[in-house]
Amino acid sequence: MNSFEFVRPATVAEAVAAASAPGAAYHAAGTNLLDLMKGGVARPTRLVDVNRLPGLDRIEHAPDGGVRVGALVRNADLAHDPAFSRRFPAVAEALLSGASAQLRNAATVGGNLLQRTRCAYFYDLASACNKREPGAGCDARGGENRLHAVLGWSGSCIATHPSDFCVPLAALGATVEIESKAGRRDVPLLDFHRLPGAAPERETVLEPGDLVVAVRLPAEAARFAAHARYLKVRERTSYAFAVVSAAAALRMEAGRIAEARIALGGVALKPWRAHDAEAALAGAQPDAASFRRAAEAALTGAEPSGGNAFKIELARRIVARALAMAAGGTPERVPALPASPFAPAPGASVHV
Amino acid sequence: MSDIALTSAPAHLRHGSSIGQPLTRRDGPLKVTGEARYAADNHPPGMLFAVLAVSTVARGRVLGFDLAAAKGHPGVVEVMTPVNRPPLAGDPDGKESPFAFRMDVLQNDRVRYPQQPVAVVIAETLEAATEGAALLAPRYEAEPARVGLDGAEPFAPKVVGAGNPASARHGDVESGLRAASHRLEATYETPAQYHNAMEPHAIVAAWDGDTLSIDTPSQGMALTQARIAGLFGIPPAGITIRSPFLGGGFGSKGLLNGPQVLGILAARLVGRPVKLVLRREQMYGPVGHRAPTRQTIRMGTDAGGAFTAIANQARTATSTFDDFIEPAADVAHALYATPALLTGHDAVRLDTGTPMFMRAPGEAPGSIALESAVDEMAEACGMDPLAFRLKNYAEVEPSSGRPFSSKALRECYAQGAERFGWSRRPLAPRRMRDEAGLLVGWGMGTAIFPALMFAGHARAVLKADGTGVVETGAHDMGQGAWTALAQIAADGLGLPLDRIEFRSGHSALPDAGLAGGSAHTATAGVAIDRAGADAIAKLAGLATRDRRSPLFGAGNAGVVARDGRLHRRDDEARSEGYADILARAGLGEIEGRGTGAADPAAQAAFAMHAHGAVFAEVKVDPEFGQVRCTRLVGAFAAGRVVNPRMVRSQYKGGMVWGVSFALHEQAVTDGRTGRVMNANLAEYHVPVNADVPSLEAILVHEHDPHVNPLGIKGVGEIAITGTAGAVANAVWHATGVRCRHFPIGLEQLIGV
Amino acid sequence: MGLSIALTVNGAPHRVELEDPRVTLLDLLRERLHLTGTKKGCDRGQCGACTVLLDGRRTNACLALVAAHDGADVLTIEGLASGGELHPVQAAFIAHDALQCGFCTPGQIMSAVGLIAEGHAGNDPERVREGMSGNLCRCGAYAGITEAVLDAQGRLARGSEAA
Repeated sequence: MNSFEFVRPATVAEAVAAASAPGAAYHAAGTNLLDLMKGGVARPTRLVDVNRLPGLDRIEHAPDGGVRVGALVRNADLAHDPAFSRRFPAVAEALLSGASAQLRNAATVGGNLLQRTRCAYFYDLASACNKREPGAGCDARGGENRLHAVLGWSGSCIATHPSDFCVPLAALGATVEIESKAGRRDVPLLDFHRLPGAAPERETVLEPGDLVVAVRLPAEAARFAAHARYLKVRERTSYAFAVVSAAAALRMEAGRIAEARIALGGVALKPWRAHDAEAALAGAQPDAASFRRAAEAALTGAEPSGGNAFKIELARRIVARALAMAAGGTPERVPALPASPFAPAPGASVHV
Repeated sequence: MSDIALTSAPAHLRHGSSIGQPLTRRDGPLKVTGEARYAADNHPPGMLFAVLAVSTVARGRVLGFDLAAAKGHPGVVEVMTPVNRPPLAGDPDGKESPFAFRMDVLQNDRVRYPQQPVAVVIAETLEAATEGAALLAPRYEAEPARVGLDGAEPFAPKVVGAGNPASARHGDVESGLRAASHRLEATYETPAQYHNAMEPHAIVAAWDGDTLSIDTPSQGMALTQARIAGLFGIPPAGITIRSPFLGGGFGSKGLLNGPQVLGILAARLVGRPVKLVLRREQMYGPVGHRAPTRQTIRMGTDAGGAFTAIANQARTATSTFDDFIEPAADVAHALYATPALLTGHDAVRLDTGTPMFMRAPGEAPGSIALESAVDEMAEACGMDPLAFRLKNYAEVEPSSGRPFSSKALRECYAQGAERFGWSRRPLAPRRMRDEAGLLVGWGMGTAIFPALMFAGHARAVLKADGTGVVETGAHDMGQGAWTALAQIAADGLGLPLDRIEFRSGHSALPDAGLAGGSAHTATAGVAIDRAGADAIAKLAGLATRDRRSPLFGAGNAGVVARDGRLHRRDDEARSEGYADILARAGLGEIEGRGTGAADPAAQAAFAMHAHGAVFAEVKVDPEFGQVRCTRLVGAFAAGRVVNPRMVRSQYKGGMVWGVSFALHEQAVTDGRTGRVMNANLAEYHVPVNADVPSLEAILVHEHDPHVNPLGIKGVGEIAITGTAGAVANAVWHATGVRCRHFPIGLEQLIGV
Repeated sequence: MGLSIALTVNGAPHRVELEDPRVTLLDLLRERLHLTGTKKGCDRGQCGACTVLLDGRRTNACLALVAAHDGADVLTIEGLASGGELHPVQAAFIAHDALQCGFCTPGQIMSAVGLIAEGHAGNDPERVREGMSGNLCRCGAYAGITEAVLDAQGRLARGSEAA
């Protein structure tokens, strides 16, 4: 790890000023940043520690059902906040399916949004990576890429975004509050992360010094609470990144789907909202045929970026299952194995 | 009460109550309080930190470093490269013995695998040494990497594993196959795997003149000491190795490796104690791995399901500069009755670190392939997999015709099947679902591992106060040597456990042999027992020749040593305490010596193996292909059980490795560069707690009068075998899909 | 640039003058305070061997910069037993043979203490397994670990009822 200057600003304004300098990076829990620094992937010359900034560690529930979550709220605290998990159960389930209890105790909401890809070629300094070094090339193409992107990738980058948390946030229309030198602005989560295009080094809309201060979920997002799930297929039962995941949330009226929200994880360099699939479900019966139609729509335009064609059909099946699970109703409590296919299914079997 | 005579010497018997007891780990309190001191926990005064710089290319030459950047980093004291590395007396590329593997210790600028050490940075702090290593930024002249089992021209190795013939033939396989009613030919692939002990390889080295003191985890202190002595040109007696605890070894800490030597060299260079610990990713190069295999198995049976032939031709890989050939095909030699058997190996030379012994070397990859093939054969014969195995039960070792020294495999099958509920298994696949609709499958496998012994020595002392001291330089890497060997030591001296002091884990103690091959308890145990017998014999000699002793004249009848007293064998009422005997003889202590080693006559006469039967349940998501091994029952027979609690833990741990082999772990290598792309514990998946919800290990009684005087076989490795195949077979039974490429990935199961 | 950091470690106050802001809590404990019970298995938050309680919460010490934890309270494996008496989790690990090589054990135990304090697992073995899945054990002692956690949790609950 390179040496760096460690600064502890007392106010958000001081933090933004300190982090605007070239080479500066924000430090919260450090669960991702320190990993990157130890690998030499990130070499910031100044760490701006935000842990002491006032007011960023609160979960504020609005009377209308919406919520504002400070950027320093720890993943575990958010997942176990009773009001939050009641209103946004798919988000709680996604949080609890990520990493380990130790990491969830440390990792913050803001940091989760900003975590970097797990692409092995991004981590391997001897490999070419356009994200690490613009213009260097992408060794993931033609490499070991069975878990890489099938949506939204470009010739310059086929990595995926590793967050679980962001997937239901994308589905539920979250907004990111950003503090900058010019003041505070809101950015929809869907616009927060950028697809790689020709500039995969630009991962978000953040400009130097910009600080994520909170994430908001609107009141309407809580209207899906009775039918909201997160489902994550992994290569071991726990403590693993998603091969593919999906968040599905339904608003049911008189036995039909009034409104659906769907997003996928592990398929693209950002949490992937499936608007077409949602549209296909409006007014539909909650049955296997509807879910399969939605799943087909969700993967429209998907293409393998390497040896990962299986992920496309896998993702369709995961979307369909997540929808079926959501239709079956949110369980009383997050299952013992959160978001796992091996979590006991409430009610009747949802398997084919 | 283990009332079995512990000695083969007929004159005197020793009875003890320790062997067979499920004692808790004697090192448990140290380990649960953080007091157990592992190598990297040492911090001698003046110590510096050393960090390796390793190669990123697989093959080529180092052209240079940015030495100024590294040396200019605050805290960096020295950078060791081939230019300034202290000289060695011995050649690190020499091959004095088959157990001396070539190592990379900055002897030149060649790079022969990724993660090869190319320099060492020594600094006042760990942070400075780590960054100094990063700043070195080696420049390379790279050559194309040879990667994968088709990456080079295969060659025929002379020997495989620890020196076995590379091929074996018994009967005529081709005619057996021609005559068969059912035939199978299938190819199975297993990946490269890395030991990934939780404790990274570490050494703290301190020189005092030409004497060397090191703390390092070692499964073989005596061999390590000898190799260091040869490399540095100093006498072995001048080298002290402390290795009281290993944070797991699994074969990767058996023999001296390059990073350990670099730590010693670094300490030499700077004239101060040095600590060198590998970073996790650096464990994917210079400290061994299990090579990948591709095994082509051919089998035939007659109409009734009896084998007519079994053949396995295995391809594996070794490094470009040394030979370790994973003996994958050999597991067929002793398992199933067949009139014709043929095994062979070839290998390719790749730009990797040299493969090495890794828990059940050969047996683990061989077993998953063989047990999968046996399952396929049973299916072809329309037979239940257990019935098929019983049909082909080997009453003598098929490859040699020797009888087994003992073999309670039928009982393992029976007890395991009963406990698991195997009789309720539907024959056809894809017939079982759980209440949630997940596919459920049941599979089984036979476990086997040879009962080996190395040579080991021990010393036992009876002291004037009636207590005992037993010493052997054994290695506890988690198997429970501190406990099990102490139990043997107590019984060996006829003393309660709390009246002996057991010393181990130090190179100044008698060489206990290598902790490998599941042979350590047998080897060191027999040495300890013999040392105890020797001490008791001397004590009995004192007493029976002394007119003042109640045991006078009992020399012909013999004595029984029990609970700190010697009793006349023909009149147990006449006895005397150890302390009294010694006191009257005016002796402060009496010493016995013992050696444990295989008996060549018994080995020639008998085939010696531990056996077991493993039954697995898996659940598979029918659409996603995600697999979870929800239940495992293993029943094992391995001769005498010294400590059932510890033996059960060994079996369960081995079963977890079997699950990992079948479902989880593999090194993912870039075909262009030869670099392992998942050299970390996030993406090199070993099972987590949630992956193994239900494990049961049954200890099946087995008495073996031939294997060694204690009747002990090994338990450390056997449970991987059988389990891996059982899990794979359960996946077939759940899904109807035969996976022949391991670990089983979800894309193999989802039909897309 | 020096940083002066106050920490309470196992109940004892420490003033750490940090010349190097790169020092992690794990390396501080091991290499500067010589509390080596906390182990380094991966140094990247991928194995759990370095788990300590940081302000009462189980955390990977390898990813915690000391500089960011001024005023924190740290409990390590060395501070768990009190007055020569093993903590119930420690005792249960021995009783259930929930360890082999012992290298992951301090992290497992601190994680178990954290899990019990969190109170989300209840008596459900599946929740314990999931909750302990951030601690790798290459020896494969998981079955004993799960039994030990459940056993110790029960003992602690009965103990606090009795008190």
